Amino acid sequence: MSTGIGARVKRKEDKRFTTGQGRYTDDVRVDNQAYAVFVRSPHAHAKITGIDKSEAEAMDGVIAVLDGHQLTGDGIGNLICGWAVSSKDGSPMNMGAWSALATDTARYVGDAVAVVIADSRQEARDAAEAVVVDYEELPVVVTSDKALESGAPQIHDNAAGNLCFDWEIGDEAAADKGLAEAAHVTQMRIVNNRLSPNPMEPRSAVAIYDSAEEHYTLYTTSQNPHVARLVLSAFYNVAPEHKLRVIAPDVGGGFGAKIYIYPEEITCLWASMKTGRSVKWTADRSEAFMTDAHGRDHITNARMGFDQNGKITGFKVDTLANLGAYMSLFSSATPTYLYATLLSGQYDIANIYGNVKGVYTNTVPVDAYRGAGRPEASFLVERMMETAAREMGMDPAELRRRNFIGSFPHQTPVIMTYDAGDFAGNLDMAQKAADVAGFPARRAEAAQRGKLRGLGYSCYIEACGIAPSAAVGSLGAGVGLWESAEVRVNPVGTIEILTGSHSHGQGHETTFSQIVAERFGLPIENVSIVHGDTDKVQFGMGTYGSRSGAVGMSAIVKAMDKVEAKVRKIAAHVLEASEDDIVIENGAVKVAGTDKQMLWHEVGLAAYTAHNLPAGMEPGLKETAFYDPVNFTFPAGCYIAEVEVDPETGVTKVVQFTAADDFGTIINPMIVEGQVHGGAAQGIGQAMLEGVVYDQDGQLLTGSYMDYCMPRADDVPFYTIEHNKTVCPGNPLGIKGCGEAGAIGTPPAIINAITDAIGNNDLQMPATPLKVWTALQAAAKPMAAE
Amino acid sequence: MYQTKYHKAASFDDAVAALGAAEDGKYLAGGQTLLATMKQRLAAPTDLVDLRGIDGMVGISVDGDSVTIGAATTHAEVASNAALRAVIPVLCDLAVLIGDPAVRHMGTIGGSLANNDPAADYPAAVLGLNGTVITNQREIPADEYFEGLFTTALDEGEIIKAVRFPKPRRAAYQKFPNPASRFALVGVLVADTGDGPRVAVTGAGSDGVFRAEALEEALAGGFSAASLEGASVDSDGLMGDIHATPEYRAHLIGVLARRGVAAAG
Ligand SMILES: Cc1cc2nc3c(=O)[nH]c(=O)nc-3n(C[C@H](O)[C@H](O)[C@H](O)COP(=O)(O)OP(=O)(O)OC[C@H]3O[C@@H](n4cnc5c(N)ncnc54)[C@H](O)[C@@H]3O)c2cc1C
Repeated sequence: MSTGIGARVKRKEDKRFTTGQGRYTDDVRVDNQAYAVFVRSPHAHAKITGIDKSEAEAMDGVIAVLDGHQLTGDGIGNLICGWAVSSKDGSPMNMGAWSALATDTARYVGDAVAVVIADSRQEARDAAEAVVVDYEELPVVVTSDKALESGAPQIHDNAAGNLCFDWEIGDEAAADKGLAEAAHVTQMRIVNNRLSPNPMEPRSAVAIYDSAEEHYTLYTTSQNPHVARLVLSAFYNVAPEHKLRVIAPDVGGGFGAKIYIYPEEITCLWASMKTGRSVKWTADRSEAFMTDAHGRDHITNARMGFDQNGKITGFKVDTLANLGAYMSLFSSATPTYLYATLLSGQYDIANIYGNVKGVYTNTVPVDAYRGAGRPEASFLVERMMETAAREMGMDPAELRRRNFIGSFPHQTPVIMTYDAGDFAGNLDMAQKAADVAGFPARRAEAAQRGKLRGLGYSCYIEACGIAPSAAVGSLGAGVGLWESAEVRVNPVGTIEILTGSHSHGQGHETTFSQIVAERFGLPIENVSIVHGDTDKVQFGMGTYGSRSGAVGMSAIVKAMDKVEAKVRKIAAHVLEASEDDIVIENGAVKVAGTDKQMLWHEVGLAAYTAHNLPAGMEPGLKETAFYDPVNFTFPAGCYIAEVEVDPETGVTKVVQFTAADDFGTIINPMIVEGQVHGGAAQGIGQAMLEGVVYDQDGQLLTGSYMDYCMPRADDVPFYTIEHNKTVCPGNPLGIKGCGEAGAIGTPPAIINAITDAIGNNDLQMPATPLKVWTALQAAAKPMAAE
Repeated sequence: MYQTKYHKAASFDDAVAALGAAEDGKYLAGGQTLLATMKQRLAAPTDLVDLRGIDGMVGISVDGDSVTIGAATTHAEVASNAALRAVIPVLCDLAVLIGDPAVRHMGTIGGSLANNDPAADYPAAVLGLNGTVITNQREIPADEYFEGLFTTALDEGEIIKAVRFPKPRRAAYQKFPNPASRFALVGVLVADTGDGPRVAVTGAGSDGVFRAEALEEALAGGFSAASLEGASVDSDGLMGDIHATPEYRAHLIGVLARRGVAAAG
């Protein structure tokens, strides 16, 4: 069986994961280990008027009790936001100061105020309870709309009215004109519900300080260890980069929440220096709910205009984005450049305007979560399209077809240049696989059983592999978004790939091996993948935004190009042939048309023995590449959901789900299907089950699985998955990315299906039985009045 | 979890003595409520007195038209006991809906009743089937046992030994699970008993499990779903939270009662 591109190879990493032999941060045990437990604010907004540590300091096993004044006094910098966004009047965003340990004010429930370092976790926990913090409670605001009202509690002195930025994109006058000329305008208020990321492994850090070398090592749950090192070094002044090693070993899921550098990691590093002990911290689930950056939380008012033929004439969007109490690392980019640049959806829309206000509230920071801005955009556009079709009495698929972009490249009015796609083809494929023609019969059959059956579409598009670096830099990004790879061919011919991508569930050890196997005709067992350690890997920007295929693998290809060039030269020299005649296949390097060949490992050996290399050639066979993409990639697809609603109770079941995705080239269909399954489950979670709720006092009501509902196996259907393919012209493998599509495309399909079933378009996520039942009551009322 | 001392009681006297000697002791059965609260540091007993080893605490015995279930009998045992299913199948049907397999193999009926969580399932069974809670001191009829949220008629140190259920003519339990916790958002047990219809509602009441008298009255005219047409439950006194409003709970009680009566046959 082939193990190259397109093969359903079983995941190499799963033996260790399924037999309990994975090695996660909390599994790391080092000499001299101490434990950190944080003292957290129980108030959503309060002045800290005093901290009495004396009782805690005297307790058994306590090594130190440290607070924010000590931390800032030692020169540890405030947390940063890595993307500068400007308001429409040109002013920079108003960034509120965020110290890893709060010094004078706590701004959300869970804000870290002090840390206890003790010999055991138990002792640290006991002592943390004995730290007495005096708070003077301040008024609280938790939602973005209330935070903007006059008289709302002021959260940061330098952000008047809690407004961080008031950003815009597109042409307002053109959008207004398009709407004025429209024959029909659809208007909606749409809430994109706030989500908690819930990776299976909670965040964790082990910080080790070597006083002789003045060197730090940090094991941590990171999706991007080099970025962590860069930020810790350049901004938090923990240590210069060459004195700081960051290792992200096996990581049990991230979904975005492990991109950021949090107060806990910074504090552990500093505390390890301060106490001379290795310091470990692992979040418990309650802390994860309270302190992991949440996702989404938009309130949007939008209007979309159509002409007589259903062509979109204008689209105007007003969004409030809840940023939480502080700006997390990419919190400014997520609701702006990652969101509003996709307001064109799959449609040819000439006139678009978007306004986004970033707003502070007394809640945990909000940042990128699987999809990051793109689910919010696709939910908005696809809810608008479906609702507009219903209002105009048109078939929702037909309305989409009339507006699809048909030729590429296509420049939208909101920055993006779509490079390739087949939107009508995706829709055809999904409609066929979902047997849309048979839906009326299925609906009638369901009605016999007393169930309301509905069908909903979602024609989503997203942008992956944020790039190129110069372009994102011009939009405010503080980093470049390229990737690096090193290909090491060993003397025996086996290969190690050092990649800056990071695998925390994606299966890179398998898929990255497959592209090497394909290129050199080697078994994947002969390839290993090294990642997640700044001392081993040259550099890397990490894994998020579905970039590991499009960007990470491209870097590997570029490095393999260099290896191949050298291999050809060595073989041509040894075999006394012309370089042009050298072919590489099935693990051998041959002279075409002859029986002369070197086996792959013989080339490796030749490179390292260096007994017979071309004149002037350096020994060794190891090449590095840094790859900067030319553009984003644009995965797109069509999802069709069918649901059945029990009208008596509002209980809704997803009974059929069809996905037709265009991910470009697929390396391993099994892994790609797994990504779609997981993403769709998350999408169903957002649409029907999940939602973070803070009460008016800023207390987290959904602080455990008793109240925060994650999808379980019986909440999700069997999925039908199809693949369309237009090759991405922007990278050597033609890959678009598949990691987030499910989470992006699914929610609108589900809500469109439920609203179809119940005959009421006014339904916000999560569509719990309570909400569906309530919407059913509202839908029934006007009918009863007729 | 804080430090705690573990005792394994050999007899009721032993258990009572161990608890009496403790500074702030608690009985322990399956631990599915107690240990979780201790791990979260919401409870901090100095001593745990394990009741599960006491003679007669585990097991199900059928005596004609009455069934007695030992307090330390697990949910899994209740769910799968064939002798019980032959007499009062609704108890098996209810027990299998509690938690997940791990919870069912540890959690016990006595622990559930002593705890009296307003969203627990067993209280609906005891109240709906007119069971009797048997303790080391006395017998408490269902109608006198449940006193409110997490409060019961049990005295300090009193131990539930067993629960006795009379066989109903027919009965059914309908559970509408909370989507997140899968405890009962509303659970309704309807029973046609020798003493008339009983409808017990869990998950919904601000004071815990209760009998829906309006529905019982409606069913007195005939134990059929048709009798319940038009009968409704007042939302006053029902719980409201992020998962359900009092009105929605009131509505669900009606729906589940009708479905229960239909299912009871
Ligand atoms: C994940 C999860 C899901 C769950 N889902 C459900 C559900 O869907 N429905 C449901 O009803 N329950 C559910 N439960 C609760 C479960 O049923 C517990 O088993 C039950 O609440 C307590 O029983 P226990 O034997 O574990 O008692 P323990 O936790 O050991 O004790 C509970 C309390 O009862 C006291 N106690 C125990 N036994 C006695 C006795 N014989 N006499 C006097 N006092 C006693 C203890 O001192 C303690 O105060 C769930 C629990 C978990 C962890």
